[in-house]
Amino acid sequence: MRIDCKHVWQHISAYIEGDVDAVLRAEIDKHLETCEICSAILDSTRNVVILLADDRIFELPVDFSQRLHERIDRELERVI
Amino acid sequence: MPAVDSELEAECIRRILAGEKHLFHDLIRPCERSIYILLFSLLKNEAEAEDAAQETAIKVYLNLRHFRGDAQFRTWVLSIARNEALGRLRKQGIRREESLDAASDDQTGDYTPAILTNWREVPTEALEQKELGAILRKAIERLPEIYRNIVLLRDIEEMDIREAAAALGISEGAVKVRLHRARGMLQKELAPQLKAFAPKRKGLFWGRA
Repeated sequence: MRIDCKHVWQHISAYIEGDVDAVLRAEIDKHLETCEICSAILDSTRNVVILLADDRIFELPVDFSQRLHERIDRELERVI
Repeated sequence: MPAVDSELEAECIRRILAGEKHLFHDLIRPCERSIYILLFSLLKNEAEAEDAAQETAIKVYLNLRHFRGDAQFRTWVLSIARNEALGRLRKQGIRREESLDAASDDQTGDYTPAILTNWREVPTEALEQKELGAILRKAIERLPEIYRNIVLLRDIEEMDIREAAAALGISEGAVKVRLHRARGMLQKELAPQLKAFAPKRKGLFWGRA
């Protein structure tokens, strides 16, 4: 069975997650071999996911950790 | 998100309960970023999320003896953080649980991605340029809340699907559906903008006078 582009788009996130079964994965891979558009869509989506995982994207407030551990220290001293 | 050795964790908990209280700092440290990100996603306010994170840590400490090893420690901690957030939202009169759950998952609507014919990888080193980070953050902020939460937990904090589902109190199926839509929206919005951050091809860059 030959799947079309829209069918591939429906599974892009699951494909990136490794959450598609072997048959579907093989169908998608076959489609990607010959479809420049779907390959570029998959690559760009995966690229976005990789960039988002970088710690620089979401930084905790400055000194968040220090204030948290100071608060914990106060609690540890209080509770017997 | 750092990997955690659950045996070391169990040993640490045992020693804290036996009186080595200071070890609690080491126990909670690997979870603190996840706690904050979950709380920020639910409360949408930095100061409130930080305050709630401190309350969560204290509650974890005070309830540590009730932790049962059948759940992952981090998952248990995040459930305490979630309850803390929901309690605060209730006090503010915001019934967000409803809007976070069932609504809008039924909307089908095929999405059409940004259509491209080739993609030059934007490496993470490109994040040295502050502008790139700003573009990504802006795209996340613009997502509807139920999608933004999933992106924060799964793609930014890299929780697995099961943990993200537990943290948000929704099914794993709902996590997958929302994640798929969120990534689609982000690709559509970001792909055209990110192109400018791909490294220039050497031939083109140097080959022209």
